[in-house]
Amino acid sequence: MNEHSQKLAKPVTSGLRDCRSDFPALDQEVNGHSLVYLDSAASSQPPSAVISAVAEYQAHDHANVHRGVHTLSHRATEAYEGARDRAQSFINANTRNEIIFTRGTTEAVNLVAQSFSRPTLKPGDRILITHMEHHSNIVPWQQVCEQTGAELVVAPIDGKGQLKTDELIAQLDERVRMLAIAHVSNALGSINPLREIISNARRFDIPVLVDGAQAVPHMPVDVQELDCDFYALSGHKMFGPTGIGILYGKEAKLDAMPPWQGGGDMILEVSFAGTTYNELPYKFEAGTPNISGAIGLGAAIGYLESIGMALIERHESEILAYMMAELDKIDGIRLIGTADKKASVQSFLLDDIHPHDLGTILDHKGVAIRTGHHCAMPVMEHFSIPGTARASLALYNNRDDVDRLTEALLVAKKIFKK
Amino acid sequence: MTAAAPLQEELRELYRDLILDHARSPRHFGKLDDASNRAEGINPLCGDKLKVYLKIKDDGVISDASFEGSGCAISVASASLLTETVIGLTTDSALSYVDAVLAALAGQQKDPADVQLGKLAALQGVREFPSRVKCATLAWRALNAAIHDDKQPATTE
Repeated sequence: MNEHSQKLAKPVTSGLRDCRSDFPALDQEVNGHSLVYLDSAASSQPPSAVISAVAEYQAHDHANVHRGVHTLSHRATEAYEGARDRAQSFINANTRNEIIFTRGTTEAVNLVAQSFSRPTLKPGDRILITHMEHHSNIVPWQQVCEQTGAELVVAPIDGKGQLKTDELIAQLDERVRMLAIAHVSNALGSINPLREIISNARRFDIPVLVDGAQAVPHMPVDVQELDCDFYALSGHKMFGPTGIGILYGKEAKLDAMPPWQGGGDMILEVSFAGTTYNELPYKFEAGTPNISGAIGLGAAIGYLESIGMALIERHESEILAYMMAELDKIDGIRLIGTADKKASVQSFLLDDIHPHDLGTILDHKGVAIRTGHHCAMPVMEHFSIPGTARASLALYNNRDDVDRLTEALLVAKKIFKK
Repeated sequence: MTAAAPLQEELRELYRDLILDHARSPRHFGKLDDASNRAEGINPLCGDKLKVYLKIKDDGVISDASFEGSGCAISVASASLLTETVIGLTTDSALSYVDAVLAALAGQQKDPADVQLGKLAALQGVREFPSRVKCATLAWRALNAAIHDDKQPATTE
């Protein structure tokens, strides 16, 4: 037993009720074994509450929003806007106008890059990101740098996969016109110290965008407490549908930004002489929105609130500690991402077995994990590896899932033994 | 922790001894300095990359072949078996193998009389693992590109 297992192994006392039966997808056999789903960081499973909310809407209430005078349009609008209210309360936005529905985190980041940053950036300006970002928080900034002549600057991470916070803070100055940073790393699980970082960014009036896709399903998030300017999240990583997400933005920032896409719903008046844009939040929601997606996301938020984010956070941190300790007992394992403050995911390598071979063997034992670069190729380059196997947790995982994972890894070792 | 259950048949079909042997000890691994043809193969889904090198003589016979790159057991074993297969073949004959292997991995009953899969039949275990078929085809697509001297990398997509 080494340092990790001694430090982290402790009994489970989170008090979270067993909520697996709320998730129909978990109740199935895969390749002759009961499914163990350890890929929620890629996409989480929806609870029945989400599935039925979407189905009820589709079956009874569907119509276009905001425009109709008839009953179904009214119901659809109420449900869609009700989801916005739920989201506002969930992340503690100041007003409902600060909640913009998008297709997901990726679209939210692109919206800010193109609508907020692009019009104001000039050569010599800098955009600061970190080495642990998902591609969706790298590429939109590279694009806006190409468009404006601004420079992309990257804050380093250490051998445990933690942000070198002091170095990031030292990189903050007047030239930096955007800091875009993950709340939780999708490949490493590292939780970034946002309060400290954002308060330092304030000294230079640097706008801050937080990629919250991997944080929101796992811990309480309060955007006013964080004091970030923008916060992006995805529905399907928090037990909602795909194709829906949220951009939170401070109202003053969003108000000053031009619309990103033009079309219906984002206008007040259109003539060939010109167009008057709609108010927030509709200014940024051109075209018929993903109504059922927003309703499903609202239902997911309701489900999470019914359990309680603090309880979910405690439960997951206990399962993560158990998982890290159990994995660490396996001869030949290499844990990638061992930050002091972590959430929900563990990347690893086993002997010299390629992650895809591990993934196939685990799938054969009913254990679903993700393998590859996890859309974070710079992270892989930092550790000089082509990819990892990644087991990621959600509120429905338990110690038995971890045991099934480690058993399946021993099967892989047996197949590949020399 | 309980003992691992007996290995299931399908997994042994995929990870046959021959495949594991080639994955652990790939043949003709490394750059071929005097190669006349070369091409890269990329699997954009997983990021695996490998290069195939050929030395093709004036009479069209492949006198030497090698590969380099990193990948899973299936892609490395497939590339290793490929080099063993094509050395000594004419390029036309090697292209017949490309067709035969791709067809076999796609589960098609296409077995041209002049192509005996031989050891390569060991790759057919991937057919039960749809997500892994591309791992096995990567080297063969790169071989095809190398023979045609394509400058663009071959991809599995």
